[in-house]
Amino acid sequence: MRRALRQVPLHGVLVTAALIWVFPFLWMVSSSLKTNREFLAAGLNLIPAQFRTENYVRAWDVGNFSQYFQNSVVVTITTVAIVVIVSALTGFALARVEFPGKRPLIVLYAATLFIPKGYTIIPVYQLIRELGLLNTLPGLILAEAGAAPVLFALLFMAHFSGIPRELDEAAELDGASFGQTFLHVMLPLARPMIATTVVLQFMWTWNSFFTPLVLTLNNPDLRTLTVGMYAFVGEYNTDWTGLTAAALISIVPILVLFLALQRYFIAGLTGSVKS
Amino acid sequence: MSSRVLNATPPLRRRGLNRTRARRMWAYAFILPQLTLVVAFALYPIAMTHVYSFYDWPGFGPLDRHVGWQNYLRVVNDELFWNAFHKSFVFMAGTVALQLPTALLIAILLNSERLFGRNVYRTLFFIPVVTTSAVIGIVMRSIFATHNGLVNNGLLFVGLIDRPVRWLAQADTAMIALIVVASWKWLGIKMIMWLAGLQSLPVELYDAAKVDGANAWQTFRFITVPLLVPVGVVVLLFSIVDALTAFDLIFTMTEGGPGFATEFMELYIYRYAFTSFAGGLPQLGYASAAGVFFGLTVFLISLALSLLARRAATARR
Repeated sequence: MRRALRQVPLHGVLVTAALIWVFPFLWMVSSSLKTNREFLAAGLNLIPAQFRTENYVRAWDVGNFSQYFQNSVVVTITTVAIVVIVSALTGFALARVEFPGKRPLIVLYAATLFIPKGYTIIPVYQLIRELGLLNTLPGLILAEAGAAPVLFALLFMAHFSGIPRELDEAAELDGASFGQTFLHVMLPLARPMIATTVVLQFMWTWNSFFTPLVLTLNNPDLRTLTVGMYAFVGEYNTDWTGLTAAALISIVPILVLFLALQRYFIAGLTGSVKS
Repeated sequence: MSSRVLNATPPLRRRGLNRTRARRMWAYAFILPQLTLVVAFALYPIAMTHVYSFYDWPGFGPLDRHVGWQNYLRVVNDELFWNAFHKSFVFMAGTVALQLPTALLIAILLNSERLFGRNVYRTLFFIPVVTTSAVIGIVMRSIFATHNGLVNNGLLFVGLIDRPVRWLAQADTAMIALIVVASWKWLGIKMIMWLAGLQSLPVELYDAAKVDGANAWQTFRFITVPLLVPVGVVVLLFSIVDALTAFDLIFTMTEGGPGFATEFMELYIYRYAFTSFAGGLPQLGYASAAGVFFGLTVFLISLALSLLARRAATARR
């Protein structure tokens, strides 16, 4: 009890700081429930006179956010699936097999971690165009999956290396092939690593702006939420409340994912920093 | 080693070799998908950026106008390039100076395990990190709007200003607004990094300090700070690279404006590579040269800091 009392001033500081921190989000929620007229007159008043959903309806239908949302979901889920699969495959091979070229490969992968993105977008754009995939969703997915950090493969490698070899040897004695051992024995044991990869890659792809902007420049139907949001302000620059509703549609999925799977986010981010 | 042992027993050796060969084939098959992606989307692009940078090329048509070092010469002689270079570093310095100490302070406040609700606070400070930069940038335009913007309304309400500030319409205030928003957005991740550092500090030293009668400030100054230096270098490295390569937030919030006041390097490259702003056609060759030049700068800075981090880490041991 005394300890709790002693913490009161500290909590005063922290609560104030935390409130300021999330205030922009509270303001977004409040604005998205107001009419534009109310928004202009309200000043700092956060409570709308009446809860209205019309802004959401407008953004979803007129603003075309239903299409953007669908594109974002397709691109993100496919990209995440590709990244998890290729990273786990690479990680397992690196952890379990000695093969010529293994060392140089690891060094090469580690080196790619330091490349800034503005550096590579131009040739990526050219490559996607030469593949005939410019202004298509598969082109965007390929570019997003290609931009995923190989760090995941290295983390998978570390994870698999920590699993005793007796497990896969036992499976092989039972007649399982290399592929079956991976799929039925090792992969289920890598669940935390998979979760970390899923949440981080989901966040990066969902939030990605530059790549979809460049690759869907000429096809509005392929816009993801981020690019759609950018186009929306260009078209309806005085629809402030519609804009906040559209913004919330864009960020609520990633917020929900974060709140549900927080520990994987934080473990993943600190894990990637340490390496 | 194993193959030499197996040499003695020929039939076994054959089986062992077959097994080794089969496992190698599996390994190559497992590695292929990611290797293809890495080659196509990391290695090939890096190589090609260097190639493009020696050509005068709008991004389509044949790549046949080799111009030698001319693009690089143009880059180093372009005032707007150096403007962007300079602005990138101002932005970087601003976010580092604002974020690192604030994040450390919050981390220290949240470090006590007995603090009630520390996970809730940690979550709240972390929320901006996961939200979409491009969307935040657009919302921030509204929040920093001159008329009826949240920031102006708030500052007017508490009496810090007596008339609305034209935040995004003036060079200096636009830069300040960007630094504040970027620091707000990414502070959470620095807080987590500092917290990880704080939790790795040896408890015995603090007990010893208590026995010796050191006060809170002395403990902080002579134990926490020196021991946190290695972590600090890593946090610094991440902050610098993040700030120098930031694009989404700036592009959506100010689009480099007003004028070229917040046109950082990545925006400068984008403008030449993908818009017809400068003299009709996009200039991919020129943009690539600027990209190579700036990419190399960022790389050298991170290299220097990683070496520093390694030295700080070994010095501690």
